[in-house]
Amino acid sequence: MRKTLFESLTKGSLTEPAPAPDEAALAELANKVDRAAQAKLGRSLAIRQVDAGSCNGCELEIHALSNAFYDIERFGLRFVASPRHADVLLVTGPVTTNMREALLRTFNATPDPKWVVAVGGCAVDGGIFKGSYACVGGVADVVPVDLHIKGCPPSPTDLLKGLLALLEHVGGKG
Amino acid sequence: MTAMGLLDHIPYTRLAPAHRPWPRAAVADEGWQTAIDRLAEGTLTLLGFWGEPAAVHMALLDEAAAEIAVVSYDCGSGSFPSVAVRHPPALRLERAIHDLFGLVPTGAADLRPWLDHHVWERPFPLGSRGARQTAAYAFLPAEGEGLHQVAVGPVHAGTIEPGHFRFTVNGEYVVRLEQWLGYTHKGVESLMRGANLEAAAKLANRTSGDSAVAYAFAFARAAEAALQVEAPPRATHLRALMAELERLANHFGDIGAICNDASFALMHAQTGVLRERTLRAADAAFGHRLMMDLVVPGGVTRDIAPEGIAAIRALFVEVRKVFPRLIELYDNTASLQDRTVTAGTVKAEYARRFGAGGYVGRASGRNFDARRTLAYAPYDGLSFEVPVLQAGDVDARVWIRIREVEQSVALIEQILHRLAPGEIRIALPAGRGECEGMALAEAFRGDVLVWLRLDGEKRVQRCHLRDASWFQWPLLEAAIEDNIIADFPLCNKSFNCAYSGVDL
Repeated sequence: MRKTLFESLTKGSLTEPAPAPDEAALAELANKVDRAAQAKLGRSLAIRQVDAGSCNGCELEIHALSNAFYDIERFGLRFVASPRHADVLLVTGPVTTNMREALLRTFNATPDPKWVVAVGGCAVDGGIFKGSYACVGGVADVVPVDLHIKGCPPSPTDLLKGLLALLEHVGGKG
Repeated sequence: MTAMGLLDHIPYTRLAPAHRPWPRAAVADEGWQTAIDRLAEGTLTLLGFWGEPAAVHMALLDEAAAEIAVVSYDCGSGSFPSVAVRHPPALRLERAIHDLFGLVPTGAADLRPWLDHHVWERPFPLGSRGARQTAAYAFLPAEGEGLHQVAVGPVHAGTIEPGHFRFTVNGEYVVRLEQWLGYTHKGVESLMRGANLEAAAKLANRTSGDSAVAYAFAFARAAEAALQVEAPPRATHLRALMAELERLANHFGDIGAICNDASFALMHAQTGVLRERTLRAADAAFGHRLMMDLVVPGGVTRDIAPEGIAAIRALFVEVRKVFPRLIELYDNTASLQDRTVTAGTVKAEYARRFGAGGYVGRASGRNFDARRTLAYAPYDGLSFEVPVLQAGDVDARVWIRIREVEQSVALIEQILHRLAPGEIRIALPAGRGECEGMALAEAFRGDVLVWLRLDGEKRVQRCHLRDASWFQWPLLEAAIEDNIIADFPLCNKSFNCAYSGVDL
């Protein structure tokens, strides 16, 4: 263990420079953030991830945000265990009919001000699962969505760009 | 041994004319009951169990002889004799068949819905029969002084897939765990119906995103078996290369995540770096971190990029340097071992009876790996070992993963060494009338089975995808008994069962 720890101390950091916030995301957010909320939250957001029926590909890349390369917490973004602690719901999947109520309840359990970020192609309109009897079709069909981060799945860098754009707005710089 | 093998002992009425590579036989009551008898007595293993609007099929495995056959029972009357009532590993599959097709397993002891949470627009979406019972879901009872229930999910505390766990606990000790899944049911098998091979392969990739390559591999092989074609050698080697990269990425992630659930974050951080490097090597090699949509019927859609080979070699230099140190760290940290050793033990008898694949089966003495037992291309020409342990606890499931990481690295090196120039994809023949194919591929968590029937235009008439976790989830219910509830995340992570993969 000592060798591993020592090397971590001496070898320098793996963490990569922050990507620029996504321009398209900034544009999507432009009119959606309440100025009063900006003042309250500053530059810190608590994120609650909700899998609303994804294939789990998006979850894998969301997980990667916490590894040493992306280190999401350095931006003041952190994942929390309960919607009651959250400012942001990060929702994936085509919203299966079996998850619709759970998503709604999670949304209702999240205190205002709050934002919903829909992640992945399925979360936009159902993606390849569109038209199934078992899918609602998109996160926006169930809860209001502030930002979409597309991709199948979006890479951790794409996720980071979108979340940084959200942070910029909430931080009052947008 | 005749050509029919397994079916010599099961009376059947006729063989399906175009089912490959293993035989499929129509059976009447006698044959169906014989198959159930042999499952119940343990001389055959249930490999799959799926429905159609008017039939049910069971895939059977004779493990000793490595023989497979499918038996099909006609359900013209809307029912079939329950398998689960005599062979519990069939239970969830049987409940799913009922939910999707409305077929009734006669004599079944448990007909509660599984996938149908009573919010679909109509019952029995893949069948056409009548009304369902709509009573509220009743969890199995557990009674006794001082017992209480803890309900968890479908939305969990971490970034994980949704499912419901109902614990009954006595103080801290779990008396009973009952799982209820189906939350991520997307209707994959209904979307498959009528899809062309390209669209169907995309769906197969997204059955469980962490096993995209394995599902695509099994799907492609099933379609190729049906159409009687073989992918060229370079394509099969590239498929295996992707499959082993996928296994590496998942095992790295799992080893760290299991330790993290025992509050040992250092391992999580270190294996997280190895996982990320593996995904980056996959991206450099094939242009997609999870290698989706690359394996298709006929071959692969893209050759390995030269910089990808360099990235994989650089990854292995890093793995060789770091991983032995991490193994030593795992092995020598008493506080970690204290959590993993003897926690969440799966009895060998259960692993055998349920035909549990992957690290769950192999950590409990079940010596099965589709890559070796069924030796599909290119694994028939590669040399590797299948680690098997007996202890069946969290620790054993970690060690199986550690050994499999080493085997996957060695396999990829062999593949890179043997990779000869050549075609990577062949054109598929025109449709040859109705044909059926079946294939298994070893995903990181165990064997994936794909069965399909194509029409004369090469469109999917019916496709069933069976994840390894159908036969692993129930063992978690048994493994957690008498463990403290605080150890559930640890035990659960050591199984890392599929949600999307079984919910479909």
